[in-house]
Amino acid sequence: MTSWLEKQVPKIVLAPSFFGILIFVYGFIAWTAWVSFTKSKLLPKYDLVGTIQYDRLFASPRWDTAFENMFVFGGLFITIAMILGLLLAILLDQKIRTEGAIRTIYLYPMALSLIVTGTAWKWILNPGLGLQATIQSWGFESFTFDWLINPDKAIYAVTLAGVWQASGFVMALFLAGLRSVDSEIIKAAQVDGIPNYRIYSSIILPSMAPIFMSAFIVLAHLAIKSFDLVIALTGGGPGYATDLPATYMYTMAFSRGDVGQAASSAMIMMAVVFAIVVPYLYSELRAKNDG
Amino acid sequence: MTDNSTYAPSSRQWQTIALRFGLYAILLLFALYYLMPLFVMITTSLKSLDEIRTGSLIALPRDVTFEAWRVAWSGACTGIKCEGLSPYFWNSVQLAVPAVVISTMIGALNGYVIAQWRFKGANIIFSLMLFGCFIPFQVVLLPMAKMLGLLNIAGTIPGLIFVHVIYGIGFTTLFFRNYYVSISQELVKAAKIDGAGFFRIFWSIFLPLSLPIIVVTVIWQFTQIWNDFLFGVSFSQAGTQPVTVALNNIVNSTTGVKAYNVDMAAAIIAGLPTLLVYIFAGKYFIRGLTAGSVKG
Repeated sequence: MTSWLEKQVPKIVLAPSFFGILIFVYGFIAWTAWVSFTKSKLLPKYDLVGTIQYDRLFASPRWDTAFENMFVFGGLFITIAMILGLLLAILLDQKIRTEGAIRTIYLYPMALSLIVTGTAWKWILNPGLGLQATIQSWGFESFTFDWLINPDKAIYAVTLAGVWQASGFVMALFLAGLRSVDSEIIKAAQVDGIPNYRIYSSIILPSMAPIFMSAFIVLAHLAIKSFDLVIALTGGGPGYATDLPATYMYTMAFSRGDVGQAASSAMIMMAVVFAIVVPYLYSELRAKNDG
Repeated sequence: MTDNSTYAPSSRQWQTIALRFGLYAILLLFALYYLMPLFVMITTSLKSLDEIRTGSLIALPRDVTFEAWRVAWSGACTGIKCEGLSPYFWNSVQLAVPAVVISTMIGALNGYVIAQWRFKGANIIFSLMLFGCFIPFQVVLLPMAKMLGLLNIAGTIPGLIFVHVIYGIGFTTLFFRNYYVSISQELVKAAKIDGAGFFRIFWSIFLPLSLPIIVVTVIWQFTQIWNDFLFGVSFSQAGTQPVTVALNNIVNSTTGVKAYNVDMAAAIIAGLPTLLVYIFAGKYFIRGLTAGSVKG
């Protein structure tokens, strides 16, 4: 009896977390999914009525903006952060003497809360006293940099701050990847007189494909979940020009009291994350089990 | 670049020097780009409002004053109350410390089970946990708000601790599992033959080996929880808000004159704990960041 119990100890230890995750992740997702198919308004209702919440969602111009912004912001944010991160990693990989210090400087924004980042950039980008005013005071009177208050440009301000925060992290990922490439191969290529840019483009970068994937996943995930940055930088404005699905969901859930809309918009976010993360996790886990 | 052999040695050296110079110049330029916001935050926080209105964004303060810091810490208004960031700063401390400790302990035990005491289904449980790390938390906000109400901890700090522990377990388990999986299973087998049990082996063999991963996990969890805004703003009420929520309230709901210097001082105060962790334990911070994303 005791030995049977002893054998069960590992399972007993894991059980609370297992049931916790089962309820608070999967059960809650199921709850939200269910409610997204009901008429819920101020309070959740549980009679299924079909897709009316989704119909309302896609008929709403505000959701249109938020959904589109996710792709504009996400696309730009991921692309720019990847290019910048890769560029900085390659530059830093040239036996730079002060590498440690430079790396520390490039990466520190990642330690900050997005609320802090948003607050800082909100001040820098405010046209009245910030960067625009400063450059105008240097004599460039016609210089304008009003992204923050321009509804057509405000989403780029969010991108700018997001890239500032995350690009150093991408740099660190790529730098680790560059360092993990077999140095013997690189040496052999150098001995053969292959120019540096060819070594990068034909040997090093292709072998880093998994790291590109990881960086993409992490950045995409950050982009879809971005909430804090928009709240702190623009509050979703001007108007709702910089709304993202995450802020739309929050507004519906906690300020508008529209549970149905909140649930359905959350499910769309979930679906987008699913589409990106599931194939990745699947291949990761399969690779691990195989080797 | 195409034909190196035709260059005379001296001109090649010049070329190398010029290239190195350009390289350092670019790296320096980017360093300035990353440092500029921090520089602007610090200098702005040390200026008076008059100086901010008349001076330039990137000028150094003429008369250094710590008044904005005092107001940010103990006088700035977050909504109706005007007691600065300090009470909320302590809320964050009271919230982060237990949440970090509990989620790290659970993660260590989970990782130990999954890596070393494999049983049928353990891998599926691990996959389920791993996936839980990736969900957009918006999808659990509504039912969690209800659940916290049912448990009678809605709007309290214990409620927030609970939420952070639940959604932190996935990552902490991942960290410890990946660390313990590289330790040979022979160790457990040998200890079992010597009559040591599950907890004994964990306590006297695995825990002493775990210092690096404990540091990585604690730093990761602390940064996540301290910097969290979504859970903080969704599940707290006046008086129990964490520092990020209070900062946002100070910045976005001040009526009357906008005190940019106070905003910046408040932002630095809110960011300081994680920044200090980064400066003093950057190596472990980076390891945590890359742990989930770089294989091996």
